[in-house]
Amino acid sequence: MEWMYMHMPIAGVDIFWPGLLLIGYSVGVIGGFFGMGGAWMVTPGLNILGFPMAFAIGTDIAHVAGKSMISTMRHSKFGNVDYKLGFIMVIGTMFGIELGARMVMALERIGQVGPVVRWTYVGFLSLIALMVFYDYGKAVRSKRKSDDPSHTGATGGVNWAPALHKIKIPPMMHFGVAGIYCSMWLPVLVSFFTGVMAGFLGIGGGLLRMPSLVYFVGVPTHVAVGTDLFEVMMSGLYGAFTYSLKGRIEVVAVFVMLCGAAIGAQIGTVATKYTKGYGIRLLFGCAVVACMVSIILKQFGFNAAAAVIILGAITVICIYIMNIMFKGAAQELREKRVNNIANAA
Amino acid sequence: MMRRFKIGALVGALGALLPSLARAAEGASDLVVVADTRVLKGFSLYMANLYNENVWMFAVWAVVLTALLGGILGVSMDLIMSRIGLDLGKSGGHVEH
Repeated sequence: MEWMYMHMPIAGVDIFWPGLLLIGYSVGVIGGFFGMGGAWMVTPGLNILGFPMAFAIGTDIAHVAGKSMISTMRHSKFGNVDYKLGFIMVIGTMFGIELGARMVMALERIGQVGPVVRWTYVGFLSLIALMVFYDYGKAVRSKRKSDDPSHTGATGGVNWAPALHKIKIPPMMHFGVAGIYCSMWLPVLVSFFTGVMAGFLGIGGGLLRMPSLVYFVGVPTHVAVGTDLFEVMMSGLYGAFTYSLKGRIEVVAVFVMLCGAAIGAQIGTVATKYTKGYGIRLLFGCAVVACMVSIILKQFGFNAAAAVIILGAITVICIYIMNIMFKGAAQELREKRVNNIANAA
Repeated sequence: MMRRFKIGALVGALGALLPSLARAAEGASDLVVVADTRVLKGFSLYMANLYNENVWMFAVWAVVLTALLGGILGVSMDLIMSRIGLDLGKSGGHVEH
């Protein structure tokens, strides 16, 4: 079974490479299907496979960079990226990532990087799980209310952007695509704090940055999505650079994961065409909880159980999504063939 | 007025957090790891040697190759899917972070 292990020269560990491929593939499938990153499962997954925590973070952030290239290109075609805002935010993102990466290195030096990052992940994943279950509950409630004729359907939310736009610290800037006028420091500050999280946890940070762009900076949602993707790409590239300089990255592992992710992302994205309803969100919430449980198990030294839970959960969810994709695609191709034959006749 | 106070308190709290973050980051990257090239071949050996000899060049290569591979794989998978007849470009509303 020696051929199933790949030597990681900088980390000095032998890694089960099909596990790398599976993690990359699953992140692609799950990210493509749910439309949200997936990097949150890569750092814990790599750590559970045997990567020291700092290497898991560095390798994850580089993998995010590669994966976000294509989605950014797609979005720029639709004109959803405010490049001026994006480049201004790069300043905050770079400083944030650098600070996050230096915090990881400092923690590594005192031998605390594993536990601190693991518990931060537990907190972060609890937040995602809460959001997903809350979102599901809200969707169920609003569906019930929409059946009720007395319900008007009005919704509201907290929007801090108008108040924050009144703080006029120079230089003031106009962002054309987003259609906002505010202090340059507002998006820089938002990108700085999301950058710290990205650099510290090895994630793209879109989960935090996108809502921040909408609620704090006042960017319209579709532009926030495109600009955030641009920022994920830039933060991934800078993260890859700085973690490479610090010697906490395994390039070959990044490439193996990217190969899996490229195939997985297509399957996940295609599967979205054939599914409706909010029930699937529950499955996503369960994957997040499974990831959280495996991190806690790893923290307490139950390595084998942690590996089984995280790899098992992502395998099950991938099989489920692939089933949706293959059934739907087969149906679509059958219909296309029938239409072609009918047109020819 | 209350809203301004809240914003001021938030900015103040963030400002108070910064020095502690900076202190945590101080003097961090002292641990230098050398790549073990004894059992490597091909591309892995090239990258490990590059890392040992010139870490800046290694970092540039890591970024460029990751971006290139991500782009190439993405474009080629899009092509394959559209050849099969499942074109993703037409469903423009989907987003992946």
